[in-house]
Amino acid sequence: MRLKLAGALPDWSKFLRSTQTSHNIATLDRRHVYIVPSRTGFVFALMIGGMLIGSINYSLNMGYVLAFWLMGLGIVAMLHTWHNLAHIHITPGKAPAVFAGEQARFSLILTENSGHDRSAIGLKTSRKLDAQTSLYCDIAAHDSTEIVLSVESKQRGWLKLERANVFTRFPLGLFHTWGYVETDLHCLIYPRPAPPGLPIPTALQQFHSQGSQATHGDEDFSGLRHYRLGDSMRRVDWKASAREQGLYTKEFEGQGQFVPWLDWETTPGKDTEHKLSQLTRWVLDAHAAGLAFGLRLPGRTLSPAADEAHFREALQALALF
Amino acid sequence: MKLIFVKRCRRWPYFEDIALSIVQLRWVLGSLALILALHVPYQATWVVVSSALLLGWRYWLALRQKYNPAIKLPGNLILFPLVILAALGVLYTFGGLAGRDASTALFTLLLAFKVMESRSIRDLTLVVMLAYFLTICTFLFSQALLIAILTIIPLLALTTALISLNETAKQASRDALLSLGGRLVAQALPVMLILFVLFPRAPGPLWGVPRDATRGMTGLADEMRPGSISNLSRSDAVAFRVTFQGKTPDPEQLYWRGPVLWDYDGSVWRSSQIESAPSINILRPDSAPISYTVTLEPHNKPWLLVLDMPVKTGSVGFLTTDFQYQSRQPVRSRIRYEATSALQYHQNSALDDSDRTRALRLPAFGNEKTRALARDWAAQTRKPDELIQKAMRLFANGFSYTLTPPPLGASAVDGFLFNTRKGFCEHYASSFVFLMRAAGVPARVVTGYQGGEFNQLGAYMIVRQTDAHAWAEVWIDGRGWVRVDPTSAVAPQRIQSGISSALPADEPLPALARPSLFRRLNLGWDSINNDWNQWVLGYNQQRQSEFLSKITGSKVSRGDMALWLSCLLIVIVGLIALWVLRPARSGFDAVQTAWIRFQNKLARAGLPRLSAEGPLDFAVRAAQTFPASQPTIEMIVELYLPLRYGTNNSTEAVKQLQRYVNELKTSKSGMR
Repeated sequence: MRLKLAGALPDWSKFLRSTQTSHNIATLDRRHVYIVPSRTGFVFALMIGGMLIGSINYSLNMGYVLAFWLMGLGIVAMLHTWHNLAHIHITPGKAPAVFAGEQARFSLILTENSGHDRSAIGLKTSRKLDAQTSLYCDIAAHDSTEIVLSVESKQRGWLKLERANVFTRFPLGLFHTWGYVETDLHCLIYPRPAPPGLPIPTALQQFHSQGSQATHGDEDFSGLRHYRLGDSMRRVDWKASAREQGLYTKEFEGQGQFVPWLDWETTPGKDTEHKLSQLTRWVLDAHAAGLAFGLRLPGRTLSPAADEAHFREALQALALF
Repeated sequence: MKLIFVKRCRRWPYFEDIALSIVQLRWVLGSLALILALHVPYQATWVVVSSALLLGWRYWLALRQKYNPAIKLPGNLILFPLVILAALGVLYTFGGLAGRDASTALFTLLLAFKVMESRSIRDLTLVVMLAYFLTICTFLFSQALLIAILTIIPLLALTTALISLNETAKQASRDALLSLGGRLVAQALPVMLILFVLFPRAPGPLWGVPRDATRGMTGLADEMRPGSISNLSRSDAVAFRVTFQGKTPDPEQLYWRGPVLWDYDGSVWRSSQIESAPSINILRPDSAPISYTVTLEPHNKPWLLVLDMPVKTGSVGFLTTDFQYQSRQPVRSRIRYEATSALQYHQNSALDDSDRTRALRLPAFGNEKTRALARDWAAQTRKPDELIQKAMRLFANGFSYTLTPPPLGASAVDGFLFNTRKGFCEHYASSFVFLMRAAGVPARVVTGYQGGEFNQLGAYMIVRQTDAHAWAEVWIDGRGWVRVDPTSAVAPQRIQSGISSALPADEPLPALARPSLFRRLNLGWDSINNDWNQWVLGYNQQRQSEFLSKITGSKVSRGDMALWLSCLLIVIVGLIALWVLRPARSGFDAVQTAWIRFQNKLARAGLPRLSAEGPLDFAVRAAQTFPASQPTIEMIVELYLPLRYGTNNSTEAVKQLQRYVNELKTSKSGMR
């Protein structure tokens, strides 16, 4: 059985430098690459020691030769391991927003500019080296590879990518070389949606009583207009599209139309988080139904709309509340 | 331009159980098979075969697992009894678990069992480490040049196996892995050389050397029974090699002195315990002394062979009263020593009484006919010279020289002198000394080697077991111990030109004792081996300090050696580092190189090219960021595009492109 010491030891790694993304690019240069012998390396050294003692005892000159050759191999392996990691450029990629409880996915782009292939480059965020958190990739000379790190999101709000640990043991596994990359990569975590069930509040309000110019509603078909990004798929005139006339959105008269207002004040829930969860659920439901909705939070009000941008804005408002 | 792909990356179950690919397994198993192949000539056959079968079983299981992942490796219930069985086998074959042969056999088998239960990368990494150790075990059996060269193959294979275990993509080709492995092994070579020459050598064993480490060593025994020397003559193994400082003496003078045998019990001659007192018998050289260096193969006995008679010897051993040069411990590893001998000599001193008694002692009874003959001779003359002449004349008529003498009865000397008259040197020496003692002349048997083969290629002499010989020494007052070789009366060619000319062609001599093309080739090979033995295998503490003093011209202390070692190591490792970390010569042409430099320049200034950005878009963005350099950037991209994608390939344009890239300024002041 292996001892688990990781938790007991102080996190000494916080004293080590990490390379920062300046101008959105981080380079693992000389000052930011660390190297130590790995466990295999210690076994290797132990074995060479045994060989040397045996060679002295039996006056085996060929034993000396082999032991010294393996020593040389260790030194050369150290250089190659370091060379395999040094001068890799790391650029932060995307981190699309997710709901709390889902895996936040941070993408980092590793670029090789030195002109030699890199093999078995690993990336992890936790201290442990295990299957769950480590990802490996190869980078060909003058090429890039995107690595997507999954991190479990627990809380709504901005989730910052922890200091990432880029490491490698290639080629012989005798040395572990690594560097830390500090990025300002943030992933927006929306509140965890409440379980579905509670219907969208029916405390409807008349649309134009709000003084809005918008007169579009759901009830009566009033005409077609050109499709605009963000329009609900349900309103696309698919028949026209099938006739290859282009994409049109059907418009409806909304005179006297009621739109749901998702209001913090009237949302059930025992605390802030529960309320936010419920609001998130409703936003999801309303968007899925193609309904225009408005959101009213203390200090922030979003006027009703049905498009994608509005949907994202609403979720972000809830996430950062 | 190379497109930038976004690839899927892999999860790497470094510490998980099922991560072995068949390729990785094949590398490890293949390397182990290579080491086993090296052990075939030395290891018990069943050990090699069962280890190979275990490796084959593991591979077969892996092949089946590929199609049916449900197949499991055998559990402890199956493996444990097999391990016990293997240990019992070793116990039965070698009579124990300790010792060189038994422990190597056990280690080999256990390593094969470890492979049987290897499921993960980590298991196989440990197997590779242990396999490196198994490789060094080969040298316990033989350090010959050929074995040493062949050992490079498993070294390379194991290193490549280790690379394949660390290669997470599992898609590198065999050649790519092998070439990386070869590069690593080659780059490690200079470090090895420096360490080999300068690493301070420790003398002697740290603990006991197992007894069976001397198995298979042949040489002169401390006793002579009928047939013992003729048996030795059937081996063409090298006994020792000699380099003469001056002229090589004539063959008939080359008597290499080994054990001196005094005591006869009617069938066996034995040497008695000798005390070291060389000053008693003072040797007077009558000819210019000859100096030479002997490299003696290990024979597990204390004799250090020297030419008759040694006048000066080194500190490796000591001289006994009967001029045997002996080491304090049995010679268990190849040893080098210098000696000086006088080929013509005499002794002025008198034989002391106890020695005279020993040199005249015969068994109480037996060999009555020989005793009668000796009494008869002694009645005619008391002069030792004349008695010797009588004996030599006896041998010269009707006796023949053979490796396969007919068996003798209980009275061995009588049987030989009066019935069979066929014998090898030990028969002649033994019966001659018997005759002399019976006639009242002090005499003793000396065993050793006679002659030797001069290797022109290396200018040294090879003495083989084939040259083993026995002769006699007779005490003559005023002259001391005088060498008499009765074999020379029967077969004078034996002394002048070696055993093969003295024996009929159908005698069972080893192939190398007869002249042939094979023998000539063998001489060439032996010459290389001799250099190997002298310079590589014989590189010990003494040689190291000799060698280093020769280079520096002064005595080198161990402290100096350590200092040099560290300095040279730093230099060498520095040079290797420069080589390994040298900037890659990119596989791109000048145009692409210039473009990459342009990209790098901008990336350093904080403007990396985005993954999905083409050259034009990138240039536009760059020009916006660095308005001061806008014209240069525009020129660069205008030159680059046709050079790269169009038909323009004028060197003028390439030069221009390079110049613009050089000129490009990305100073902060230029930034908007």
